[in-house]
Amino acid sequence: MKAAIVLFPGSNREGDAARALRQAGAETNIVWHAEHDLPAGTDLVVLPGGFSYGDYLRCGAIAGRAHVMDAVRRHAARGGFVLGICNGFQILCESGLLPGVLMRNRDLRFLCKRQHLRVERNDTAFTRAYALHQAIDVAIAHGEGNYEAHEETIRQLEGEGRVAFRYCDPNGLVGDAANPNGSTNHIAGIYSEKFNVLGMMPHPENLIDPLVGGIDGRGLFESLIRAA
Amino acid sequence: MKARVTVTLKSGVLDPQGKAIEGALHSLGVDGITSVRQGKVFDIEIDGSDAEAAKAALAAASEKLLANMVVENYRVEIL
Repeated sequence: MKAAIVLFPGSNREGDAARALRQAGAETNIVWHAEHDLPAGTDLVVLPGGFSYGDYLRCGAIAGRAHVMDAVRRHAARGGFVLGICNGFQILCESGLLPGVLMRNRDLRFLCKRQHLRVERNDTAFTRAYALHQAIDVAIAHGEGNYEAHEETIRQLEGEGRVAFRYCDPNGLVGDAANPNGSTNHIAGIYSEKFNVLGMMPHPENLIDPLVGGIDGRGLFESLIRAA
Repeated sequence: MKARVTVTLKSGVLDPQGKAIEGALHSLGVDGITSVRQGKVFDIEIDGSDAEAAKAALAAASEKLLANMVVENYRVEIL
């Protein structure tokens, strides 16, 4: 598995994404945003977390229109895997690779804490290493994670089973009490139509080492290794 | 030519920042405020003197970058 991690000015989680991927057995390359092409043989593109372009204009708006995103679009159109984490999810929405938008958190606070997610399906390239409806313990760190989309888009996402993760409590219970940011239908991550693009606000790459208190994030990277 | 593009949230989209500002105005004792919605203003200088061409260029700028058409509307004015 060859992974390309795209670096924008203001990205800051590329090192953690690379560590998680290498731990799972991937070869990683960092790709600067001004590049027009991805390294040959790239299986997976990762848009890491951070604050690309200082969140100017809207989170992910400027990065979503960078040169390298044309290459990412071509990669996705060929069926290549794309994973956007946190700011990476915002960039995927702004670039049109995923529908909807990440709005300011309902309570206006930047949230940085551990958060459980329910795995909505475990038959995709990103989630095979998890059990169906497993509650995984990962982390969130965002100010704009409140997923919104047109009603029709939400209906379509739900109807096609494209919700990847929902916010839940440690017992896997989904509901307002476990939803940190007010996102529609408690959505924490969504897939593209062909299930080869995943955008998610939480950080699985934070929880890959027992030293930091948990390893529930590993499953996502291990799933991808198996899929490639 | 000078122009102004105003980007606002579509009606029905929750605007927590506007709500917070509305609350702050109430707490400052500013009377009569019933609703606040926050938006963005872009003051833009553009080459040429053809207002219609400028409007078309700014509409493209708005739809490509300045506004997120999922949740925002834009308005172009030539000043």
